[in-house]
Amino acid sequence: MKAKVYVTLKPSVLDPQGKAIHHSVELLGFEKINDVRQGKYFEIALDAALTETEARETAEKIAKDVLANPVIEDYRVEIVQ
Amino acid sequence: MKFGVIVFPGSNCDHDAYHVISKHVGQPVEFIWHKETDLSDFDAVIVPGGFSYGDYLRAGALAQFSPVMKAVKEFAAEGKFVFGICNGFQILCEAGLLPGALIRNKNLHFICKHVNLKVESNHTPYTSEIEQGQVLSIPIAHAEGNYVCDDETFHQLEENNQIIFRYCDESGEITDESNPNGARSNIAGICNQDRNVLGMMPHPERACEGLLGSNDGKNIFRSLTKAIAAHG
Repeated sequence: MKAKVYVTLKPSVLDPQGKAIHHSVELLGFEKINDVRQGKYFEIALDAALTETEARETAEKIAKDVLANPVIEDYRVEIVQ
Repeated sequence: MKFGVIVFPGSNCDHDAYHVISKHVGQPVEFIWHKETDLSDFDAVIVPGGFSYGDYLRAGALAQFSPVMKAVKEFAAEGKFVFGICNGFQILCEAGLLPGALIRNKNLHFICKHVNLKVESNHTPYTSEIEQGQVLSIPIAHAEGNYVCDDETFHQLEENNQIIFRYCDESGEITDESNPNGARSNIAGICNQDRNVLGMMPHPERACEGLLGSNDGKNIFRSLTKAIAAHG
């Protein structure tokens, strides 16, 4: 079982890296690109013996306590078999 | 009186802090390895600058889980002094000992230069020997020094007089031009509500010798020493 965790800056927090990437994308000639926000992606391998609910609870706790800083970031967890 | 300087894997301003305490402040000081769990020998703990855990995940994020940090939280709760400098400030925010967070500089650059700092309050153990409104010249060296917090936290900081240092120009004016990293309201350093925990991005330990361009950091350590003497 695998947990996919996406960590993104809250919409209210400035993302200078995303802005720089956006600028480069525009320099390459891509048009109608309104914004780029950078985030982090984690894959957590979990023991197959866990139920999906248990896996989700564990991954949510890891995301909340370690992977994301709730002051500036949001997170989203997906469980895949 | 004894100072401690915490050493995480990747700390690199630990020796600067040790040097200043021993040579310029003239007080006993010891390094504290991050696996230590007992701080009962110490009166003040410095969380130094550097790149703890390589700044992996986020600056200061992984250091908050080092065994010593549980002891640092208890130490702070007892009213003892915890002083975070640069990466140390980032660690104290990540650990929840100070509010807010430090994100990537607005212009993305790693900035290493002397800046002007306005002392917004001398009602702290760290600034009692400095005049309110005084402008200090102290270097910064960071890529993640852009202080952010939500509106509620910001208003609390203002109401409780917890904003201790702000980036300013030479005459002490708080301007956008003098803000090196995009920090909210030019914030360079804050303290907790009890005023015994302080974090700042600039490096006062690098401004204690004329040879290095400034002596202005010395008064911060002098204030702290006086506070410890009064506390003990």
